[in-house]
Amino acid sequence: MLNISKKEHCSTKSAYAIRMSAILLALVTASLFLLVLGYNPIEVYKGLLRGAFGTEHRIKETIIKTIPLVITSVGIGLAFKMKFWNIGAEGQIIMGAFAATYFALNFSGLPKGVLLPIMMIAAVIAGGIWAFIPAFFKAKYKTNETIFTLMLNYIALGWITYLQYGPWKDPNAFGFPKIPNYGPSATLPQVFGIHMGWIIALIIVIGMHLFINYTKKGYEITVIGESESTARYAKIPVDKLMMKMLFVSGGIIGLTGMIQASAVSRTLSVDITGGIGFTAIITAWLAGLKAPLMIIVCFLFSIMLSGASYIQTAFQIPQAAAEVLQGLILFFVLGSEFFIKYRIKITNTLFYKNREV
Amino acid sequence: MINFLTAAVVAMTPLLFATLGEMIMEKVGNLNLGVEGMMLMGAVVGFYAGFNTGNPLLALLSASGAGALGALIYAVLTVTLRANQVVSGLALTIFGTGFANFVGRQLVGKTIPRSISTFFSKRAIPFVSEIPIVGPVFFNQDLFVYLGYFVVVCIGLYLYKTRKGLNMRMVGESPAAADAIGIPVNLYKYIHILIGGMLCGLGGAYLSLVYVPAWQESIIAGRGWIAIALVIFSQWNPYKAFLGAYLFGALQIAGFRLQGTSIPISQYFTSLLPYMVTIIVLIIGSVKENKKNNAPEGLTIPYFREER
Repeated sequence: MLNISKKEHCSTKSAYAIRMSAILLALVTASLFLLVLGYNPIEVYKGLLRGAFGTEHRIKETIIKTIPLVITSVGIGLAFKMKFWNIGAEGQIIMGAFAATYFALNFSGLPKGVLLPIMMIAAVIAGGIWAFIPAFFKAKYKTNETIFTLMLNYIALGWITYLQYGPWKDPNAFGFPKIPNYGPSATLPQVFGIHMGWIIALIIVIGMHLFINYTKKGYEITVIGESESTARYAKIPVDKLMMKMLFVSGGIIGLTGMIQASAVSRTLSVDITGGIGFTAIITAWLAGLKAPLMIIVCFLFSIMLSGASYIQTAFQIPQAAAEVLQGLILFFVLGSEFFIKYRIKITNTLFYKNREV
Repeated sequence: MINFLTAAVVAMTPLLFATLGEMIMEKVGNLNLGVEGMMLMGAVVGFYAGFNTGNPLLALLSASGAGALGALIYAVLTVTLRANQVVSGLALTIFGTGFANFVGRQLVGKTIPRSISTFFSKRAIPFVSEIPIVGPVFFNQDLFVYLGYFVVVCIGLYLYKTRKGLNMRMVGESPAAADAIGIPVNLYKYIHILIGGMLCGLGGAYLSLVYVPAWQESIIAGRGWIAIALVIFSQWNPYKAFLGAYLFGALQIAGFRLQGTSIPISQYFTSLLPYMVTIIVLIIGSVKENKKNNAPEGLTIPYFREER
């Protein structure tokens, strides 16, 4: 029989060893899958890397994909730290992009140095409000936030669809339903050949790391996450703090919307999120909600994403195969957490009862 | 009017299956956000089997099997390996989407064989279909719809009238107490999560076999998420789930119909109604703090005997 008990402490080293072997196992499983389909898995994996790093342009593309994922992960991570299940990042990104676009379209005459900060502030406020609403109801009435934030995603998406097909439709697009492109003063400038979103991302990661680990509020958040009743006992204003922090969480995520709209798509559309809001939930979780680690996890995910479009053309492997691979890796890594938290002993006696040892 | 109500029953059916599936999983304490993924898996596999064999029963069987497969992955992760339910469910949706698009890439544009479409053509049930309004709306439908009614009643009876149903609810409310009186907690969780997955798979298959009926990439179109909302809307009660699914189905049809009229309500707003209604119900429910028929106490909490 198997005897399962909780590990007192798992060294960081062995925790990473377990996670790495989970990823390896996932890759092996995916290899079998590829072999069955008649592809050489080694070649496909090489292709994946070539797709992500093959040329300078592709390296830049991979980094550009990493930026929004990192920022959104940090925002989600902050909420998750308090066990507030913010599944609404998609909606918060959209609302951030919406607010930024409002200013980009209506105040395009302003100089860059004025317009861009206004757009950023607007995005933070809009994303913040979109996360604050469910936080308010959770604090006041214990309303389930998972479903609430999820529903708000669809409401935000419907709102943008309405704008794109209705009042904001570009009259110069020959009837094609799109919102007009941003003017030059609403476009984020580049630094070292990549839009400056990467600097924003780094600042946010460092800021979050310092906030969580070196401030009183950051400590209080960690306490709330560990045990809400302990936090209440310690006179931490749980409800107030949660509402405030969710505004910050949504605000950070809203900023992603502004960056994507301004620097990547140069307009607002229903495809603005590209699923980042959901992917970031997973990257935030896999990084153990630690901001610096999120950079690494998000970068690995971006390699997979940009590699995937390459193997599609190089090997005629449908892009969906990358999603399958992504799903497999997730399953294995999620499963591996068990072996980090618990110790498994194989005992000889078959009738050994694993109660109260 | 009767046309409209009849169409609403058809639009309700995929929602109903998925809602009941999710409800069963939540009743044993597992919030599975992978409904969209399981529905996609069921839709594509059901269509694949139907397209290649022309056998409707085989199509249904494969669809429910595919849904169960998705649910099995989720069950292993959350029950045995105690992974976080929210994240595992989302991972399942990503996997299911990839899986469906991968399997379905050669099925795009194909239509379902005649043997299946005739099997799922509308059949009036004698006598009851002659009741005014109710008859033509509810009892002149395809077999899949009738299966939906049947499942609602079965689940209702199971939950509230049988000992196993009581045990199962206990597992969801308090796994420790259930364990103490000798109910095999993990076995109950596995079985019900698998059944829930089968129902989600069937919900997806209704779209690809009957409703559309063809394979297209975004065939589920967010219905999986509405189903999750519907579970809350219906306060974890299968009969209310029927009413809720019917209401949401009607909203969907109303949205389509409004497009053709001169009423100045944008279809984008009508399509948002289910989500808004869910939020309102969610808030009202929590303000009232109604404990009866509410969320199972043990929802999303992994159970581990030695941490009791």
